[in-house]
Amino acid sequence: MTVGATGTTPPHDPSVAAGPDGPEPMPGVDPRVRRTVRVPGAGADAGAVRSWHVLDTGPVLDASGVTPVGTVLAVHGNPTSSLLWRHVVARSLADADAGAPAWRVVAVDQLEMGWSERTGRRRGLAQRVADLGALTDVLGPDGGPLAGPVVTLGHDWGGVVGLGWAVAHAEVLAGVALLNTAVHHPLGDPLPAPLRLATARGVLAAGTRGTTAFLDVTLGLARPPLPDEVRRAYRAPYRTAGRRDGIAGFVADIPASADHPSRPALDALADATARLRVPALLLWGPHDPVFGERYLDDLVARLPHARVHRFVDAGHLLAEDAPVADALADWLGAADGPRGGGATAPDPAAPDPAAADPVAASGGAGPATPGTPPLRRLGAALEERAQDDDVAVLDLSRTHGGAPLAVSWRRLAATVTDLAAGLHAAGVRAGQRVQLLVPPGPTLTAAVYACLRLGAVVVVADAGLGVRGLSRAVRGARPDVLVAAEPGLVAARALGWPGRRVAAVGLPAAVRAALGVETDVATLVARGRAAGGGGALPPEPDPDAVAAVLHTSGSTGPAKGVVYTHRQLAAMRDVVAEHLGIGPQTGLVTGFAPFALLGPAFGTRSATPVMDVSAPRTLTARAVADAVRVSRATVVFLSPAAIMNVVATAPALDAADRAALAGVRTVLSTGAPVGERLLAAVVDLVPRAVAHTPYGMTECLLVTDITLEGIREAAGRPDAGVCVGRPIPPAQVLVSALDADGRATGAPGAAPGVLGEVLVAAPHLKSGYDRLWWTDRAAARDVPPGRWHRTGDVGHLDDEGRLWVEGRLAHVLLTADGPVAPVGAEQAAERVPLVRRAALVGVGPAGAQVAVVVVETGRRTRSPLAPAATAGLVREAVRGAVGVPVVAVLARATLPTDVRHNSKVDRTRLAAWATEVLAGHGGARA
Amino acid sequence: MRVVDDVPTVLVTGASGYLGGATVRALQAAGHAVRTLQRRPSGVPGATDVLGTVTDVRDVAEALRGVDAVVHLAAKVSLAGDPREFHRVNVEGTRLVLAAARAVGVRRLVHVSSPSVAHAGAALAGAAAEPADPVRARGEYARTKAAAERYALAADGDGLHVVAVRPHLVWGAGDPQLVARIVDRAARGRLPLLDHGTALIDSTYVDNAADALVAALHRAPVVHGRAYVVTNGEPRTVAELLGGMCAASGVPVPRLSVPAGLARAAGAAVEAVWRVRPGQDEPPMTRFLAEQLSTAHWFDQRRTRAELRWRPRVSLDEGLARLAAAAGRAPEVPGRALDGPGREPRERPAPPAPSRPAGTAPHARPHGRVGPGRATPLRPGPHRA
Repeated sequence: MTVGATGTTPPHDPSVAAGPDGPEPMPGVDPRVRRTVRVPGAGADAGAVRSWHVLDTGPVLDASGVTPVGTVLAVHGNPTSSLLWRHVVARSLADADAGAPAWRVVAVDQLEMGWSERTGRRRGLAQRVADLGALTDVLGPDGGPLAGPVVTLGHDWGGVVGLGWAVAHAEVLAGVALLNTAVHHPLGDPLPAPLRLATARGVLAAGTRGTTAFLDVTLGLARPPLPDEVRRAYRAPYRTAGRRDGIAGFVADIPASADHPSRPALDALADATARLRVPALLLWGPHDPVFGERYLDDLVARLPHARVHRFVDAGHLLAEDAPVADALADWLGAADGPRGGGATAPDPAAPDPAAADPVAASGGAGPATPGTPPLRRLGAALEERAQDDDVAVLDLSRTHGGAPLAVSWRRLAATVTDLAAGLHAAGVRAGQRVQLLVPPGPTLTAAVYACLRLGAVVVVADAGLGVRGLSRAVRGARPDVLVAAEPGLVAARALGWPGRRVAAVGLPAAVRAALGVETDVATLVARGRAAGGGGALPPEPDPDAVAAVLHTSGSTGPAKGVVYTHRQLAAMRDVVAEHLGIGPQTGLVTGFAPFALLGPAFGTRSATPVMDVSAPRTLTARAVADAVRVSRATVVFLSPAAIMNVVATAPALDAADRAALAGVRTVLSTGAPVGERLLAAVVDLVPRAVAHTPYGMTECLLVTDITLEGIREAAGRPDAGVCVGRPIPPAQVLVSALDADGRATGAPGAAPGVLGEVLVAAPHLKSGYDRLWWTDRAAARDVPPGRWHRTGDVGHLDDEGRLWVEGRLAHVLLTADGPVAPVGAEQAAERVPLVRRAALVGVGPAGAQVAVVVVETGRRTRSPLAPAATAGLVREAVRGAVGVPVVAVLARATLPTDVRHNSKVDRTRLAAWATEVLAGHGGARA
Repeated sequence: MRVVDDVPTVLVTGASGYLGGATVRALQAAGHAVRTLQRRPSGVPGATDVLGTVTDVRDVAEALRGVDAVVHLAAKVSLAGDPREFHRVNVEGTRLVLAAARAVGVRRLVHVSSPSVAHAGAALAGAAAEPADPVRARGEYARTKAAAERYALAADGDGLHVVAVRPHLVWGAGDPQLVARIVDRAARGRLPLLDHGTALIDSTYVDNAADALVAALHRAPVVHGRAYVVTNGEPRTVAELLGGMCAASGVPVPRLSVPAGLARAAGAAVEAVWRVRPGQDEPPMTRFLAEQLSTAHWFDQRRTRAELRWRPRVSLDEGLARLAAAAGRAPEVPGRALDGPGREPRERPAPPAPSRPAGTAPHARPHGRVGPGRATPLRPGPHRA
């Protein structure tokens, strides 16, 4: 492709043209891509010639003989400039250098902005779209119109202008990518506060033009703050009031009212956007005081097939905060991305398959293959026992006339049906999201099954995330309805969580009003019954529609929403029931909230022991015995933290308690694998039970399983890591070997002894992450055919098909002798006297890292160095066990752990601490 | 043809020093004939000593007679002193050796340098061998060694292959410099740790450093023009390294901790604690040294090992065991050679004390051109801080 020469100047040389108003050097921008283009004006500019400053990699690619795949037309917002896209520009050149498919990137400085011309004209939306079209009319071959395929990329109001161009150039359009922008603002809705202020009479002129306040505030939104050099470069084009006219013009052009001159253009554009069928990418920084998530919701509604990724820590200046260039490049190169160009875009007349499949839209692995058997839904057993007066659910935390709260199958089934009907009557529809912040118990159980019946998406987040984490999870999940107990309602009110609010229990009218509560569960049940119960319900939801969003623990990064379909939830029920032999007669006692919900699905009686469900450590041995006795259950589910306390409180058991516990046949520790010692202590309490400790994650709750016996059998092997047993059929496990850089690039395989990332496949595997398209993509990178998931855990398989987990991929040390996983060394160190826990961390640059062991001694000391004797023993133990040389042994009174499990050591934090300690005093200076 | 036959005769400058002597022996073990140049006899049997200085053109010319390759160790190593003297020995001496070597057709030269030539004071963790920088290097020694290394690498060419090797913190049994000073101070209870001694530092057992110099000489046709940092590749905290040396030598392990900021900012106060001992020409501790002992210095050894085809033979533990053996003590640390227990024990006895009687040189001649006013012994070998 030949880049047009007409009306253009040679690549800009900053050393020549730098001047008070001329282009100045831009950090991170290859000077070869800068040029000034003279463009015949359009619209109100007809007859004039305008001077545009653009970053254009076309001439450089041309000179290197690289034919670009297409063109990315990047449009900045207000008050930034083409500088915003420097990483995207750099990626274009880097791809070309690497011989990879490269896109030409044209990042413009809009007129009145950046280093483009100051014309003195106020430009409304329609004019700006026309301006951009005039520019692209000379950017193509031989100075003609830009040829396809073209992908527009826009941020802030640049997103709107870029979309305007996209709609007007359908013949070359191959895709649209948008960052924190909006095409629609409902009339009557208040503008976001920062813009209200900026658009107020008087403030507008002073804040946007008269001073650099608007500019400075916007640049100050970067998370983390911009380097000085970059901040200076953003400010450079806007030094004088005259040069800031464009900033004021943009703010004045926000069409907040019906009579605004740009309102018709924006409304037309909003409608046209909803008709776009080209691939779309929505990248979002949630920490944006202007473009809040309601604008993302609006865009998702208009572009339901769009790939959506929220960079949870990023804000308005997303392109500065997050690796946008890399995410964009992955999308551009994806098989389902815009690579094929406009010609392969779906027929606008045909419904977009992705639009009908929310899983595909979130980047998930799509619906099950055709020919799968009809689904036995999660609620099937409950419906089958709808006429059964036997007890279905027991909650020992709540008593009713001295006896534990008991709910029969008949009553539970009726409540579920009536609540579903009540929610439906209240306007809740299939696909809407219902966030449940209700402690486990009959109300939560009823709410979950009611939503599943209705097709509303159940959203569950653990209070263990802490208020901040929970708030982030709730906002990210954007529920339409929030069903919560009082603490959740108070938090929702205080933190401004989205969604209509439903109280889990009846509240006094004054409290309801104060908390903004619309109704409560009992009222909805009554309303549903009055409306006709099951007869008022819509048909059962699509088995492959989204059923639930569960949140990860947050112990391995910010909590992610994990999306499951009805089919996948049913598959999870089946694998648990099959593997553990759970049936109508077994009963189930659970001290682990997620599994408490499964009792009705198994068609068996479930009991929740007395405990604070948000603090598993509060579960006592007596409480378990009581629950077993009352429910006559033979299966008990616990969590590791609960087990520790159950074992610790065992001395309080009396003979009757012990007799009750002797009836237990199966005990399961869920959440994280537990060691032999702890599991053995549990079996002392339930002597006739087989103890299981499965391995799984929020994304696939059961992957492998091992019994106490199995642990003892594996103990004699020299393998490093925690043996978590064999895959639970039909789950499969493979390992993708690590390369010298610690990346799991090996072809997935089952060869024994190969250290790599653990990959899992199962019918009950998640379908995807919620609005984390890029994360989804990474989790399914280079996997075998079928639905596979990269777990982020590292380990190896042994020659008997057992999996040994050796830590997290992110915690692997990259030493000169290759990658080293931490757990094996930690186990060796923990066998040294006085060492309670140990963490292996790396210090130094990747590839030359050295191993440091941090031990927990329970004692505070002045020096961070472990005593010489301890250090020597640890060093010998680790070298002997895994052959890893340890350069230093540090000691702390306690090791930092995650909030939820109180068991996963925060190695990332310890590595940073060790790095600082071992750098010595001069580390940060000089 | 054997490697040694390419360059049968090697001149070692500064061979009377600790690393110098070890290097001479390592060259001899590899089959080379060795000549030496320094003011005192080298004390190594079989070496042909030329007594003189590297700043004297006639001494250098004499030393280079019949020589195929040079290992240039001679330098002024000191924490303080007249800057002109550093320049004269380290820079001018090196230039003289380079010019003379090229003039007489020497084909290979290993220039012994120091990691401090590229160090501007920040903590180094897994650092590579950055280019020598005489402007940013700290202290006269490092600045002049940086300039010398640049001259040495600039002299690299088709006729003369030059390699720069930077051993870090060389020590060993019988070491009169580092270990002796540490042990001496610890014995008098005057070896505090700075900030608990948590900084991670690399060190090099003397035999490994000598081996690396020989390896560089042999690999010069391939690796010439480059600089390599050489260490044991076993970084330890300052506390652990000093503690290990003290324990092996039978003196109390340092326990007192002093804030490094204090030590560095108030050099005068530090020097009041480590008083200049009579007869020494330099303060035993300076702010530079305080910084060195409280700041991480460890290095990425991958390139060094791969390109020099060298690996340390003596592990840190083995080195400490030898230290203990030399001090007449049973080793307190488990001895272990890096290449495994099956290796033959080294036949060489503990290195000779530096005070062995002179007179073993085959020929000696007067040399009256020492530094102005006082005798400044050249301390051959690497950077000692």
